[in-house]
Amino acid sequence: MAQAVTAGHDHAHDHTPPFFQRWFNSTNHKDIGTLYLLFAFSAGIVGAFLSFGIRMEMEAPGLQYFSNPQTYNVFVTGHGLIMVFFMVMPALIGGFGNWFVPLMIGAPDMAFPRMNNISFWLTVAGFMSLVCSLFVEGAPGAVGAGTGWTVYPPLSTAGHPGPAVDFAIFALHLSGAGSILGAINFITTILNMRAPGMTLHKMPLFAWSMLVTAFLLLLSLPVLAGAITMLLTDRNFGTTFFDPAGGGDPILYQHLFWFFGHPEVYIMILPAFGIVSHIIATFSRKPVFGYLAMAYAMVAIGVVGFVVWAHHMYTVGLTLQTQSYFVFATMVIAVPTGVKIFSWIATMWGGSIRFTAAMHWAVGFVFLFTVGGVTGVILANAAVDRYLHDTYYVVAHFHYVLSLGAVFIIFAGVYYWFPKMTGRIIPEWAGKLHFWLAFIGANVLFFPMHFLGLAGMPRRYADYPEAFAGWHWVATMGGHIFALGMVVFVIGVVLAFRSKERAADNPWGEGATTLEWTLSSPPPFHQYETLPVIVDEPSHAH
Amino acid sequence: MGMARAQETPAKGRRLGRGFWGCAAALAATGLLGSATAAMAAGVGQPVPWQMDLQRPVTEVATEIYNFHHLLNWIMLVIVLFVLGLLIAVVVKFNERANPTPSRTTHNTMLEVAWTIVPVLILVAIAIPSFRVLRTQLSDPKADLMVKVIGHAWYWSYEYPQEVGGFKFDANLLEGDDQVKSGQPKLLATDNEVVVPVNKIVKVQVTAADVMHSWAVPSFGFKIDAIPGRLNQFWFKAEREGTYHGQCSELCGQRHAYMPITIKVVSEQAFQAWTAEAKTKFARTDGGAKFAEAK
Repeated sequence: MAQAVTAGHDHAHDHTPPFFQRWFNSTNHKDIGTLYLLFAFSAGIVGAFLSFGIRMEMEAPGLQYFSNPQTYNVFVTGHGLIMVFFMVMPALIGGFGNWFVPLMIGAPDMAFPRMNNISFWLTVAGFMSLVCSLFVEGAPGAVGAGTGWTVYPPLSTAGHPGPAVDFAIFALHLSGAGSILGAINFITTILNMRAPGMTLHKMPLFAWSMLVTAFLLLLSLPVLAGAITMLLTDRNFGTTFFDPAGGGDPILYQHLFWFFGHPEVYIMILPAFGIVSHIIATFSRKPVFGYLAMAYAMVAIGVVGFVVWAHHMYTVGLTLQTQSYFVFATMVIAVPTGVKIFSWIATMWGGSIRFTAAMHWAVGFVFLFTVGGVTGVILANAAVDRYLHDTYYVVAHFHYVLSLGAVFIIFAGVYYWFPKMTGRIIPEWAGKLHFWLAFIGANVLFFPMHFLGLAGMPRRYADYPEAFAGWHWVATMGGHIFALGMVVFVIGVVLAFRSKERAADNPWGEGATTLEWTLSSPPPFHQYETLPVIVDEPSHAH
Repeated sequence: MGMARAQETPAKGRRLGRGFWGCAAALAATGLLGSATAAMAAGVGQPVPWQMDLQRPVTEVATEIYNFHHLLNWIMLVIVLFVLGLLIAVVVKFNERANPTPSRTTHNTMLEVAWTIVPVLILVAIAIPSFRVLRTQLSDPKADLMVKVIGHAWYWSYEYPQEVGGFKFDANLLEGDDQVKSGQPKLLATDNEVVVPVNKIVKVQVTAADVMHSWAVPSFGFKIDAIPGRLNQFWFKAEREGTYHGQCSELCGQRHAYMPITIKVVSEQAFQAWTAEAKTKFARTDGGAKFAEAK
């Protein structure tokens, strides 16, 4: 690709603002990135606690822990909303995006530093609203919103007269507003603040992935905001957008929700695509294979991702023509996704690969994302989805692409960039042990869910026929193994901060070519006081 | 310092790397192959313990789904094993010990064209049978019997048309002693069963009274959402007598897991006998159940 001829300078006389000013009124992209990562980790613990409740209940048939199955529905809903909006998105977009987009493109900060701050605090406010919803009445006689993360009416209107759903709606409004502002910030930063010489076609793939993600956020979130606002007025002000009694239609909500909801899944995975490209290139000591195809594959996934939404709705009674179109459009997405998978392998091919902890997670991701991808192709066929829709097969599929996809890359990113962000080093053994526990645990947890779905087990069930007990027990054991991995992760981080060892500016060697590795570890509070200049290296020219 | 530390790891990384792919291969093999060979374990009309495959199909639609799913499963297994094979090759051949000097190759036009075109061809090969099966499902054949299904929180009610007697009844979960006595599986059995004749096209019109539900019977390949204000329609033609179970498949609140579906497929004579009894046993639908215009 391209190489910087001058890098940012370290300034020993870097001064940081006092504590409150620095962390509560922050306008520094790295500090806000850190806040996002800490927030995502905290919210992730809450989300993981909810999933622990789910898995404990599902270990055996009958009601073990939830005397009221509605509470189980609330756990499922809370788990989904938290993991999507308050864990994966803040970690990948707010966290790594804020930290590394400016560093990688040679910008001193984000374009709108104060807006960056409000983006973060809106996300926190949204999370508070969601937590509130867990403690107020939703369905009659039960606390919390048990609607599923999709919040479909009429369950979310007539089925939940209490204010819990209103709090959940406000949670999405607040975090959605934060995400839209963040998206505007990323687009402006990437389009205007790249270092001299860094054309779009020389920009690192993580910045590309964030650019595409930001456009998806900007175009899809307002539709969600509209849909849930209509839900709010249906609930409180007597409108009937989704109520057939007044001429409305519950299916309208589903179309609006999934017009947002499908791009949303790419919003969660595209930043991971960007990160995995850098990790694989760095540790293979090779430039990314097919850079332009990699960038435009993400653009293609983003564009086509907007026209496939009704594959979530094959059983609502769509016509043959409609279903056929959505089958076709959905399968098209497999092509650019395949380009990415094969290009990652081609990047490793011929390389001189060092299997660090980060590389373990990245290579594991490529395999597991492939597994999640092919089950996606199976589900894309409306004919087969007739059987598998709303079964555990779908649960297995989206956990393979998100829990084993996005979450694996969040950890890959942590192990890859931890030395840069903190100047400290997580012991390699901890990262690898964490990986193996997570890899084995998550597979034992989620692979049997394919079998449950094939056998016909519907999702979002607090209780189930005894025939499903075996695989559910296995899945719960996998959950315990995964949880053990999280303990190792925490130990690794604690050890990193207790150790006196400090990371080099570039701990990963010649393969790490992006601009953040030219800075000190951690980078100065304000970097690039002299902008780096990007020049073409003939040997790398495409 | 960080650099020195990181460089200590390759030998270990390589060893772990091999274990990793061995484990992954075992996983893929047991999992994906297992699901293809477990057909004998599939239950009829209900799931069985440790089942790894679709329920045994008893309608044309379900059989087509079953066969098409197996075709897809094999294609996907080949793709996953191909990717896995490439990854294993990469780990073995291109770790830093085996290959100390990395190549600088970043382009290969033929290869890039190939991995775009070949997936397109595979998808076309999938799309052709996919559309065929979808057309069968949505072919809307002429009905021999209409049944109306209404989802309630949290039970199903059924209405039969005037031609067979014009009656309606509710089907609630069979619980406690009643369930034990019935010999039917727990959480899958209902007090009143839907009874339909064998080898007849049964068209089911589905709606809901309160929130959304979904009427699903896996062994029929049947699933359609019950939506307030909408009348959805799907069909089945059960090819063998027996008792078949399904469950509500759209989150509908507290007792979502407790509103199963039980269907008895019986001979034409047994069906006649049942309707004669049902007419006296169940409430009459005044003026006949309301059905939408149906072919």
